[in-house]
Order: sequence, then C-alpha cells, then structure tokens
Amino acid sequence: MSKKVKITPEVVAEHGLSEEEYEVILDRLGREPNINELGIFSVMWSEHCSYKSSRRHLSKFLTKGDRVIQGPGENAGVIDIDDGDAIIFKMESHNHPSYIEPYQGAATGVGGIMRDVFTMGARPIALMNALRFGEHSHWKTKQLVNGVVAGIGGYGNCVGVPTVGGETNFHKGYNGNILVNAMCVGLARTDKVFYSAAKGVGNPIFYVGSKTGRDGIHGATMASAEFDDNSEEKRPTVQVGDPFTEKLLIEACLELMETDAIIAIQDMGAAGLTSSSIEMADKGGVGVLINLDDVPQREEGMTPYEMMLSESQERMLMVIKPGKEKLAYEIFEKWELDVALIGKTTDTGRLVLKHKKKKVCDIPIAPLADDAPNLNRPYKVPKSLPIINSSDIHETQDYNDALLRIMGSPDICSKRWIWEQYDRHVMTDTLDSSQSGGDAAIIRIHNKNKAVAITTDCTPRYVQADPYQGGKQCVAETWRNLTCVGADPIAITDCLNFGNPEREDIMGQFVGAIEGMNEACRAFDYPVVSGNVSLYNETNGVAIPPTPAVGGVGLIPDLEYFSSISGAKEGDTLIMIGETNGWLGSSIYLREILRREDGAPPPVDLDVEKINGDYIRKLIRNKRVNAVHDCSDGGMAIAACELALTNNIGVHLQRSSGCPLHAWLFGEDQARYLISVEKNSVNPILTTAEDRGVKAYIVGKVGGMNIKAEGAFDLPISTVREKHENFLPELMS
Amino acid sequence: MRTAVITFPASNCDRDAAVALRKVTGVKPVMVWHRDTELPKDIEFVIIPGGFSYGDYLRCGAMASRSPIVADLVKKAKKGLAIAGFCNGFQVLTEAGLLPGALMRNKGLKFVCRPEKLEIINNTSRYTAKYNDQSEVIYPVAHHDGNYYANKETLNKIEGQGQVIFRYKDNPNGSVNDIAGICNEGGNVFGMMPHPERAIDPMHGGTDGIKLFKSIIESI
Repeated sequence: MSKKVKITPEVVAEHGLSEEEYEVILDRLGREPNINELGIFSVMWSEHCSYKSSRRHLSKFLTKGDRVIQGPGENAGVIDIDDGDAIIFKMESHNHPSYIEPYQGAATGVGGIMRDVFTMGARPIALMNALRFGEHSHWKTKQLVNGVVAGIGGYGNCVGVPTVGGETNFHKGYNGNILVNAMCVGLARTDKVFYSAAKGVGNPIFYVGSKTGRDGIHGATMASAEFDDNSEEKRPTVQVGDPFTEKLLIEACLELMETDAIIAIQDMGAAGLTSSSIEMADKGGVGVLINLDDVPQREEGMTPYEMMLSESQERMLMVIKPGKEKLAYEIFEKWELDVALIGKTTDTGRLVLKHKKKKVCDIPIAPLADDAPNLNRPYKVPKSLPIINSSDIHETQDYNDALLRIMGSPDICSKRWIWEQYDRHVMTDTLDSSQSGGDAAIIRIHNKNKAVAITTDCTPRYVQADPYQGGKQCVAETWRNLTCVGADPIAITDCLNFGNPEREDIMGQFVGAIEGMNEACRAFDYPVVSGNVSLYNETNGVAIPPTPAVGGVGLIPDLEYFSSISGAKEGDTLIMIGETNGWLGSSIYLREILRREDGAPPPVDLDVEKINGDYIRKLIRNKRVNAVHDCSDGGMAIAACELALTNNIGVHLQRSSGCPLHAWLFGEDQARYLISVEKNSVNPILTTAEDRGVKAYIVGKVGGMNIKAEGAFDLPISTVREKHENFLPELMS
Repeated sequence: MRTAVITFPASNCDRDAAVALRKVTGVKPVMVWHRDTELPKDIEFVIIPGGFSYGDYLRCGAMASRSPIVADLVKKAKKGLAIAGFCNGFQVLTEAGLLPGALMRNKGLKFVCRPEKLEIINNTSRYTAKYNDQSEVIYPVAHHDGNYYANKETLNKIEGQGQVIFRYKDNPNGSVNDIAGICNEGGNVFGMMPHPERAIDPMHGGTDGIKLFKSIIESI
C-alpha cells in the first residue's frame, strides 16, 4: 500500500471507522489523513484498543485497595504481597486468532500475556488458561482442542514458566467462536516496577526483539468484528509466535532492569508499533519521532503502513536514559536479540514517522487517546430466567447412572489429557496445580515461606440465565477457591468475553454482568487490577454465552498454614459449611441429566459468602481441617466425588436437610465448602460455626473404597474414576 | 567442592539445577555461559540443565552440542569430569556424542508432564550409589522428545555393561527397553529425561531426587 492511496469513503469504511469518527479525524488534523495516518487512527480507535463500547462501564469497577500498587491502565495490575515483593498479573483473550489458527493463536496469546507481565519488571512464575470450546461432538471441536492445547504447551513449556491451572468448558454456544483466555502471574520487587510513561525529551527509543514482518496486520481490527463464513480467509492476520525469542527477551529485559537504564518500557502487542509508541508518548506527555528505516525488518520493501500495523510477536519498545545506550546494546547483544535505536522522544506532542527521508505521518498524539470514541451504547439488561422449584424437577430413577453421566460429562470430566501436556513443575515452586484437581494453584515465592494462590473461574450458564447474579458468582467463586487453599484473596483480573455490543441485549448482558461482578468485588474488598474485553464473539449473528472469566490471586502468608483438596483420611467426618437448599435452576444436573438449560441460577448472598469464607480460612489457620473443596458445578455429590478421587478413598453421604434427595445432592447453592475433618474436631467446628452465624452440617464420612449416598448411589471409586478419566482421551483419540 | 551449571539460550531448568546443587553441597554452583570456551578452574561436577536450548530448533540439543562450552566439556569428560544432563541436557549429551543413542519425538507425539515411577537398574553407579535401600524412585518427566533410541549393537553393549541406570515402570514416551537414564562407559557422564531436581523438597510431593545428587557429589 503506497502513500498514494486515495482516501475514499470505501477506504475509510474498510478501516472500520464510522463517518462520525472520520469527521473527528479531519477536524483534529485540519486536513485529510494519508493512508498511514488513517491506519493508525483505525487501530487506535478499534474496539480492541480503545474499549469504546466498554470504557464507561469498566470505570465503575472497584480498582483500589490496601494492597493495590497499580490498577487497570498499565500493561498489568500490581499488588503488594509484603516483604518488598509484588505480584504482577493479567488475563487476556486471544479468541479470534485461536479459532482461525488454533496453535498459533493460542501460543501467541500466552506470549502476549507474558510480555504484559515482564514488561513491568516481573519474572513470570505461573500461567493459567480459561478455555471454552464448542460442543464436544461438533466436527471442528477436536481439531481446535488439539491445536489450542498444543499451542499453549508449546509456548509456555519452551519459555519455562509452569502452566498450573485453568478451566475448560464445552458448549454449543461456542461452536463458532471459541474462547482462549490466558493469564500470567509474575513476581517483582515493589521498588522495581516498570511503567510505560515515556518521560523526558530527546531520550533514545530502542526497539528490541524479533524483526518486523507482515504478519498480524490489522489483527486488532479483526478482533473487533464478527465472524462470518469466510472468516478463515483471515488466517494471514494471525501472528506467528517464537517462544525461543520470548525466553531471550525475558532474560534480557530482566537483566537490563537490574540496572537503572530504563525510563519506560512497553511491549508491542495489539496494533504493534503504533499502539506501543502512542501509549508511551501519551502517558509521558511527549511526542515521538521514529525513523522507520531503522526498524529491523524481516521482509524487503515493507511500507510504513505495514510496519506500523504489523503484529509480529516478541517485540518491545523502550525509552533508555541517555548515556546508557551502550549498556543496553551489550545486554541485548549478549542474548542475541535484534536491537535498534529507532527514534527519540520530542516536545512536539506529535507522532512523526520518517521513511526514506520523507515524513510519512505527522499527527497529534493526544486526540488518538483522548478523542477515542467513548460510546454509550443502548442496552437492556435481560431479566433473569424464572425460578424453578426443585420439587418440580424430575428426580432421576437411577442415581448411579446419573452420577456417572455427570462425572463423565465434558465440563466435569478430568482434564488430564490437557494438563499433562503442560509443564507444571518447571521453576520448582509449584506446590499444587491441576494435577490435584483442587480449587486453586499454589506457587511458592522463590526462597520464601509464602505462596500465591491462583484460580480462574466463570460459570457462563449462570451469566446467560441472569447476567447480574452470574457476574457476582464468577467473582465469588474465585474468592471461594482461593479461600479453599487458605489464601487471603487480594485482587482479580478479568477477561470479559461477549457478543456484538451493537445489540441491546448483548450490551445488556455486559452491563449486568459488570454490575454483579463489581458488587462482589466491593463486598469482598477484592479489586479489579487488570483485564481485557473481547467483544464481537459472534458468528453469523449468533453470540457466545456471556463469559466474564475472572482470574483471582491470593496470598498464603505462611506455608505452615495452607490446605487443599488432598489430605482427607479414613474415618474423617464430612462437614458442609453453608446452607444446602437444593437449587437446581441452571444446574449441571438439569443440563446433563434432563437436557434442560433453564431456570434462574443460584443467587449469591455476598454477606453469607463473606462469613463462610472467613470461617474456612480461620479453620485452615487453626489446622482444624484435613481437606477443603469448593462446592460448585454439580453440587455436593460432585464435590464429594472429586474429593474421593483425589484422595483415593471412599465417601459416604447422608442427607442432612429436608430438601428432595436429588436437589440435596446436585443442587448448586452457593457459598458452600465441603471439609474433611478429624472426628474430634467436629463438635468444636459446629459450635464455633454457630457462634459466628455460619451454617454447618455433618453430611457424611470418609472411608472405604466406594462413593455412596444414602438412598442414591453406591459405586466403587474405580468405576467413577474410569468414567471421569476416559471422556477426554476417548474424544481426542 | 565446586560445581557448575551451563546456561544456553532458553535453558529453563538452570535455576532449578542450581537450587538442587546448593541444597546438597551447601554452596552455590557457578553459572557458566554457553559462549565461554572453558569451564572455570576446579569444577568437579557439571549439570547441563533442562529447557529448550536454541528453541529446540534443528533438533533438540543439536545446536547446544556445537557451542564453545560443550567442546570444552567433551575434552574434560574424556579425562573423567563428572557431567549430568537432565531432559534437554540428556539430549545435548547424546548430540555431543558423550552418551550413546538419541532422543526422538515421544511415541504419543505429545508433550508429557507427569510424575513417573522409575526402576533403579544399577545402584552401584556413581549417580545411584546412595539408593542402596530402594529400588524405585518417582521423578517428574516433562518433555516432548524423550523417546530414547539406540541400535541393537549399542543397546546390547550398554545393557551388558551396566550403563542402563533407570527404566520407566510405565513408559511415557516409547523409549526402547523402557530406558530412562544411562551413563557412559566410564560412568562419569550421565543423562536422563526425568527431572531429579524437581523431587528434592517435601512440597514437591517427594524427595527421591536428593540421593542422586548426593551419590555423585560424594563419589568425587
């Protein structure tokens, strides 16, 4: 594309810009933009980069807290975990590319989120991922699962950061749009956190990492549009990852960060050189001059347009202190990375690009950020589906069969086939991971007696049935999962995956979910510190189920006191903390056994969540429990099964309440924890619970080699395990 | 006693190896850069760590085996220097010709990460002497290319001379004769795909790896 391209209304429309947006550009420039400038406005104002549909709603989130060092707005969120240590984390989507090219799409999703974290000075210490695929029987699903899992493993394993947990769901609502959400958690020193504001005039701008190629041009624009039948033709806009270069970049950047050479640093993610240079300049209140001839290029004859919009991976931009150039060169050359001085900061407040001695772009920076569209899209929050009384829901006549069907169903089955392809142990600080089937991964802080707990969660069927309750539930479940391992929940990151925001109902799901999430964040003092929004997850007008995935991080301050699903012993008593009313609306039982997807989801009472969770943490600190497991998908029966499988010991459930047996076993009432405790702890636990206003009931005991519930099911562990373990390998074989 | 860990571009278990050595010897090992042409003086034991040296491009371990520091290791191995390679390190050692055979893509074609039960075949070796009271260990594996292969002649030789040190109980990768770890004829160079350095702390779920490090350190 040469600079002679005439800017016609068609060209403007092809760039995804509306007529009104183009008018603003004309006004701010005082002239017609050239094609380079138009391309830059186009990506900066794309949904993906500008958050134009979501910005005003995201601003409602609780983002501050005692431990928050940096909330949303930087590459990732930063929290304080004492002793001068900081945790830097974020979750991000790579949905559109992963559907089109699963291996590279997922791999570069992992690479991108890691760069967001080490850009800020943190060594990545853990990766998580939240995956949603179409129906397991859909013709495309197997190929997508294969590619995505291999891509995540291929990237994370090579870079040497353990992939320690996540979740995987299957639903027909994702047949045309899978979700690949990757989360990275890094460790830094609180006094060595790096930001992106390019302060000072005349400072050198360095480009480091892979050469720029023609891959990924307009990837951000692709992520801001719906799919149709021809979407696979977009393959050339999917980037290609190189984890080897990423590993070298991590080591080189962290080595340079040990010195005082860096003023500002930013990775080149979506919209590559364009958004990184503009964000750095905008935050620092400076201008930028870049000489494109100095940009390391992979291909001959690249135009300014291509260079600015390329999304080639593994590239960083940094502003270096004058006089430290030599040091920077030495370190990058030691790690055999391409490095180039491509420009400097200026006092013009403008982005000026030169190419072959000509000025090919000259635009004011402030409007690119400040005047980015901030839409107030009309929305209508969908009403909750009607409440279904559990006694109106058919009771299974064959509990053994029902239990096995649920344990072997796509969402509940063992995900071993997936996580065995991820290196979970490298860095040797993984204390608990997907391997245990527990609620949260536990990663020790290197050389210290403390750890972080990490989890990702979302129950899309609840959000679909009632965005507000569903939104609350996503946040509450992460909080509960962190609590299960004895961690103090600190903060979350989120990845808000929705359909087309131009539709009132979709926008309503978005607004409703945020409202619910925010309410939970405030109730738990559990702020949002980073995140991303992925809209337009639609194909031919059919949207995905609303999926606000939440990644939670907590602190285990002393490794003397933590817990997990492991540790249940023969003779233990099972106690359910929290009330069981047998809520079956939008439950797994309803979907897997009765093939119904209806009913209001279980309500989340945040006050009850809080007192129950606080009590669980107290029990763990007092070493009163042998094992703890969150009671969620599939209810008490499934929680008990999972506990039995992990510990390889039987469980025997006995009904504790008056609700119908199937509702008691499979109801998904919230705020519940199944705990396995020594006999002599039972009375103290029940008594203290009562004093604190916490509902607690004896629901069974641990022992033998069968999984049974009085009057319902009775199966050998081996039978349940077989069903639980075989689903995925059989699907994927 | 002075020990060393080699770092190649994209070695990623170098820190883990260093942690293990420090734990067993009480002293931090020297971290040696791949471009160095010579080991520092008085190094008595070297670990080539796991990872993806040079991104596993060309063939796992192939490029690292041509690096300046490996040329020095080859020279010193012949004089009896103790060298262990875990995972990618094992691949480097076979590529460098210090150990017989080769590592191919896993039979299932997928990366596999899991705790693996190993049978100790030879507990009189310099790397396993401390395991006199046990015949099995559990070390995690995490690799994509751990399928050990050697031709019949070589196999007969290493099996006959006690060079096969570990075998998988439940072969995760298709290795011939279930071979998980071997040493050279001199017994000073050892390689295995599993990661003993990931089993040295009760919080790892097991400490079976410690005795391997103790064995070799005490043999020097």
